[in-house]
Amino acid sequence: MRLAFREALRAFQRSPVLSALSVTTIAFSLFAFGLFGLVALNLRNALQQVEDRVEVRAFVAEGTSPEATSAAVGDVALFPEVASVRLVTEAQALERARRELKEFEDVFDAGILPASIEVRLKPGLRDPETVRDVARRLQLYDFIDDVRFGEEWVENLFRLRNIATGAGIALGATFALVALIIIGSTIRMAVLARSREIVIMRLVGATDGFIRAPFLIEGVLKGTLGGILALVLTWVAAELTGRWVMQVTWFDPQIAVAGVLAGALLGLLGSALAVGRHLRKA
Amino acid sequence: MIRFTKVSKQYTRGGPALENVSFHLRRGEFAFLTGPSGAGKSSILKLVYIDERPSSGEVRVDGKSSVTMTPREIPRLRRRLGVVFQDFRLLEDRTAEQNIAFALEVTGTPHAAIAPRVARALTQVGLSSKGTALPHELSGGEQQRVAIARALVNDPLVLLADEPTGNLDERATRSIFQLLRDINAAGTAVLMATHDLDLVRDTGLRSLELNKGRLVYDSGAENQEATL
Repeated sequence: MRLAFREALRAFQRSPVLSALSVTTIAFSLFAFGLFGLVALNLRNALQQVEDRVEVRAFVAEGTSPEATSAAVGDVALFPEVASVRLVTEAQALERARRELKEFEDVFDAGILPASIEVRLKPGLRDPETVRDVARRLQLYDFIDDVRFGEEWVENLFRLRNIATGAGIALGATFALVALIIIGSTIRMAVLARSREIVIMRLVGATDGFIRAPFLIEGVLKGTLGGILALVLTWVAAELTGRWVMQVTWFDPQIAVAGVLAGALLGLLGSALAVGRHLRKA
Repeated sequence: MIRFTKVSKQYTRGGPALENVSFHLRRGEFAFLTGPSGAGKSSILKLVYIDERPSSGEVRVDGKSSVTMTPREIPRLRRRLGVVFQDFRLLEDRTAEQNIAFALEVTGTPHAAIAPRVARALTQVGLSSKGTALPHELSGGEQQRVAIARALVNDPLVLLADEPTGNLDERATRSIFQLLRDINAAGTAVLMATHDLDLVRDTGLRSLELNKGRLVYDSGAENQEATL
């Protein structure tokens, strides 16, 4: 193993330009993937924020007893989809309307706005079907006049989210595939540059496993370095965007580490494929 | 020790490289493989170190058969063979010592045992003072000596030499040939492919002559018949 490490490091020393080129190529293909990941992450966060605003509002008929409404609030809170329920009294509704729509302050008179039960759903249960189902169950209370949840808006939001997810997966897979091909070709170049050495190793009785080991280590090293460089480049891009364009959410540390590990894994896979192909052919 | 029995080799592209070749090389023997380019000399050597397998027939090396040998057994067999080529096949960025040590390292020789064995191999080929030289600092003859030392360092049963003097001037050729004879005298069998008939002539050594993939003459065949 020590020899395999030494041989891997020797490859870096011996052809620093080719090694630097490999690391840079890996870094840029992972950087493209990282940038895409950053856009996807921020788009998802933005959609999440909009989604958090999905709310079902059930308007309470005038003259309903506070006991009946309180009992309903208690019931609704037990619905499995429900994250929180809030009772907004007539007075609170009026105050809110005056606060939020200052220019129409004078238009709102006491008693013009009904009391309502406002229901927020748990994350992951805000799709149009669930929202419609909760609305239907609220409608079953005879003191509920009307239930609103912006049906069209919720549907559009979810359509957008599905499109974003589908496009994200397709683009992500394409970027990952391109990165794998580029990394594979880069490492293949390094393997070809050392084909003479491989011939000699085989000739003197080295096993295929022994021949493979330094290349795999080299692949992991290049992949890791490329991954770190890609992470730095993505961070710089996010910082610059944050400074000049708009605030950008950065990856969680686990995701950042996973990115570097993905680089290492791609390096390992690329090397294994390239050297395996070479050994089979030789 | 090396036995070819009715061996034929057909490459996917091109015509037959060997047809129905049979011979036996015994331990400690020296034999030339002669014949024009394309006669099948290199094919025979490749079949010995299992770089190729016969299309039909059987090659046995040190008791192992080409028919039953698994891919895992090939490296183990190659450690018992030494191979040298016309183009030396040295690693250009490593010194003579490192090139020789490489053959021991890749076969998992303990670290402490490497240096003395490298020194011994260098002495054997008469290059003990040039251990730290890089290949490009050495003459062609010296580079071939390093390649021979690398082939010898694992104490092979047989040294396979594919046109080892093909790139050398006459003086270097004679000296490399003498070195191979010394190695043989010390007990290692040698199978040397060459098209240099001047070298073969008057040596009294066994010669296997190939032409268009066929073994057309074996000067040792009569002796062998007697000893078989």
